[in-house]
Amino acid sequence: MNRSQKQSKIAITGLKLIAGFVVLILAFLIGYIFITGLPHVSWHFLTSPAKAFNAGGGIGVQLFNSFYLLVLAMLISLPIALLAAIYLNEYAKDNWFTSMIKTSIEILSSLPSVVVGLFGFLLFVVQFNYGFSILSGALTLTIFNLPLLTRNIEDSLSNVSDDQRQGGLGLGLSKYETIIHIVVPASLPGIISGVILCSGRVFGEAAALIYTAGQSAPALNFGDWNPFNIDSPLSPLRPAETLAVHIWKINSEGIMPDLTQVSSGAAAVLVLAILIFNLSARFIGRKVFERMTSVK
Amino acid sequence: MQNTTELNDKPKRFIYHFNPEETEITMQTRDLEILYGKTLAMHNADIQFQKNTITALIGPSGSGKSTFLRALNRMNDGVATVKGQILYQGVNINQPKIDVYEVRRRIGMVFQRPNPFAKSIYDNVTFALQRRGIHDKKVLDEVVEKTLKQAAVWDQVKDSLNKSALSLSGGQAQRVCIARALAVQPDVLLLDEPASALDPVSTQQLEATLRELKKDYTIIIVTHNMQQAARLSDYTVFFNMGEAIEYNKTRKVFTRPKVQMTDDYVSGNFG
Amino acid sequence: MQNEKLAKQLMKKSKTARYERFGHLLSLSALLLIMAIVLGIIVFVASKGLSTFSRDNVSVKEFFTGTIWNPGTKTPSGQQAVGALPMIVGSFLVTLLAAALATPFAIGTAVYMTEISPKRGAKILQPVTELLVGIPSVVYGFIGLSVVVPFVRSTFGGSGFGILSGTFVLFVMILPTIVSMTVDSLKGVPKYYRQASLALGATRWQTIWKVVLRAATPGILTAVVFGMARAFGEALAVQMVIGNAALMPHNLTSPASTLTSVLTAGMGNTVMGSLQNDALWSLALVLLVMSLFFNLLVHMIGRKGAFKK
Repeated sequence: MNRSQKQSKIAITGLKLIAGFVVLILAFLIGYIFITGLPHVSWHFLTSPAKAFNAGGGIGVQLFNSFYLLVLAMLISLPIALLAAIYLNEYAKDNWFTSMIKTSIEILSSLPSVVVGLFGFLLFVVQFNYGFSILSGALTLTIFNLPLLTRNIEDSLSNVSDDQRQGGLGLGLSKYETIIHIVVPASLPGIISGVILCSGRVFGEAAALIYTAGQSAPALNFGDWNPFNIDSPLSPLRPAETLAVHIWKINSEGIMPDLTQVSSGAAAVLVLAILIFNLSARFIGRKVFERMTSVK
Repeated sequence: MQNTTELNDKPKRFIYHFNPEETEITMQTRDLEILYGKTLAMHNADIQFQKNTITALIGPSGSGKSTFLRALNRMNDGVATVKGQILYQGVNINQPKIDVYEVRRRIGMVFQRPNPFAKSIYDNVTFALQRRGIHDKKVLDEVVEKTLKQAAVWDQVKDSLNKSALSLSGGQAQRVCIARALAVQPDVLLLDEPASALDPVSTQQLEATLRELKKDYTIIIVTHNMQQAARLSDYTVFFNMGEAIEYNKTRKVFTRPKVQMTDDYVSGNFG
Repeated sequence: MQNEKLAKQLMKKSKTARYERFGHLLSLSALLLIMAIVLGIIVFVASKGLSTFSRDNVSVKEFFTGTIWNPGTKTPSGQQAVGALPMIVGSFLVTLLAAALATPFAIGTAVYMTEISPKRGAKILQPVTELLVGIPSVVYGFIGLSVVVPFVRSTFGGSGFGILSGTFVLFVMILPTIVSMTVDSLKGVPKYYRQASLALGATRWQTIWKVVLRAATPGILTAVVFGMARAFGEALAVQMVIGNAALMPHNLTSPASTLTSVLTAGMGNTVMGSLQNDALWSLALVLLVMSLFFNLLVHMIGRKGAFKK
């Protein structure tokens, strides 16, 4: 074996070690989170409200807030992102206007989420006077979510064969009808995967919410589902600390005695939720595709 | 019958012209010019299409035959610039005032690769009607049965109308696409190499179907398969380099072509 | 004549045509909305951030070179104590160190995934990187707090909070970003480059090092810049482990702060319109400008590397 072959062998072994190291990091992260966290997760923990000064608090309200904000943010951002993606993929011509639009979406997607949060604070909390609220949080998350969701949907749309568009146009349908009723359904598996992946990202986001949805989670009356009552879970104008914000908050300034247990339990729940989002994104996308192409 | 001969023994071009008094012309192009950007992709292509006939458009790839076909129902909008007149029953449809969607409804198109939508077979056929506001189940059922029968695929799919059309075989899918085009009641059917993705048996069945459809529709078909053109069509246009070189009865184009270039092409000495 | 009747039918603007117009405008308006948001963010943050200098008369020089951050008070030399240098240095230090640490690991992993064991790469490492990207930053912060900080404390002494802990946390956070983008650019290198190199008698490693990596350099640079942008803008994970002392870092294990950490910690405790508040917006403006700068960098690399395709 000559020198360069030996060198090659050593280098490749090195690369294998590096790759193994990265896998180890993830294994450690996931292992650490679940091993330290899951023992603290119980039905009581998941459903009861947090306690500021005593042990035994749960994350029920935060968990609900996280899901509620996620659903609202998705409901607002999905139509906007879908339409924007439609324009970019189907209508936009290759000119300065399009490249300006694309650049601004890139800028938005690379903005630090704390800056997006501060903008949300300035606009929704202060200017529109929504205060620290679900509404401010959902709108801010929408801004945070729009660029990535738009890009995901755009990718799914561009994967649809042009034959489908031609087919629609050839029947005398308008381009827009063709897109909405033929291209979008055909790209549904991709769009669904994209939405779920973005959901995971939104679910774990905290920096954009600290100054918009707020850092407090007042107790909710789960018997009252009238959105106009301030202690109703659905009320859009109540402050709503989410699970991710909660983890940050108690680690920065929490004083309850079981701080470590609560935060590791909450972190485990958060990561578990993200894992479920990730896995279901693959699974559901594939299932939808199978259903569309196979015998009903 | 007039022709555009030139004065040597074989003409450079030969375009057959019908006498409009005697024949019913469904479509006709006049002074057509198609440009991609600044590149001229088609000119010298004044062709008349007789009602209830099959006209084949043949020529080497890049000759412009598909571009020509797609101009006929304005599928080139936004892709290429089309100048000149395209007359559909005497009305020039190549003008801005014309509603392109209504044009495409009357002049339907079937594509090279079968392109069923990600919907059920039933919805594939009825979709365009539903979008036009027809929701009466009885009417739609009738259309589905009638068009699938016309496309000669009814027997194969009648028990699985709710099945996804994406699960059909190529030949069946192409027939459903034809039924889909027929559902909006066009008079003209444009087909862009509809058999190129099909196996020989499906191709044969498709040709039989088209012969049947000729009774009710004017059919214009692009094909790269000369045997197919010879078997199937009544008239044939030979395109080369963005120009219609010869247009005549199919039998004449294939047995006694007037233009040397056509002769070379149909006898396989081309290129 | 039937033609006229037909002409009339064909010229009538159909419902479909109106629907098309509507849809076109609707989708355009969604895009314009996004553009307006981006513009709004830039204008809002800029106008707030600049008022420190325009309304509160803080000198720009003082802001970028001063080392004492205590807005509302004066420095011993009589200046406004709005010196952002400690945070700027902190942000750059954690970003550069994390990128320097992550880049070799990321490239190594990406090379393994594309060149050495594509099968295992797709089966194990691909999902691993996707999961790492998906883990929320507060979770990274939490692990940083409960694992990295104690580790740094016991190994290097001090409180454990500081630049070094921030670097470790950011290293793990940006690693998957750089890996997945590097993988994309390595995959973009045509197969025949490799075949030609191997056919010339080069070893696998020589091929990777001299041919593949060289051809993918613009893409790898882009990946690193993206990683840096993420590190620079990351707020909570860093804030949880860096110690949050607005002081010039004198070593890697002394408590320090970054632009983002001061912002998140401070914004809630100031009153809108006060100097304390304006000064924080100036930090946000620096963040925004840096983010734009990273974007520009990516574009420039893209343009330079474009000929390779």
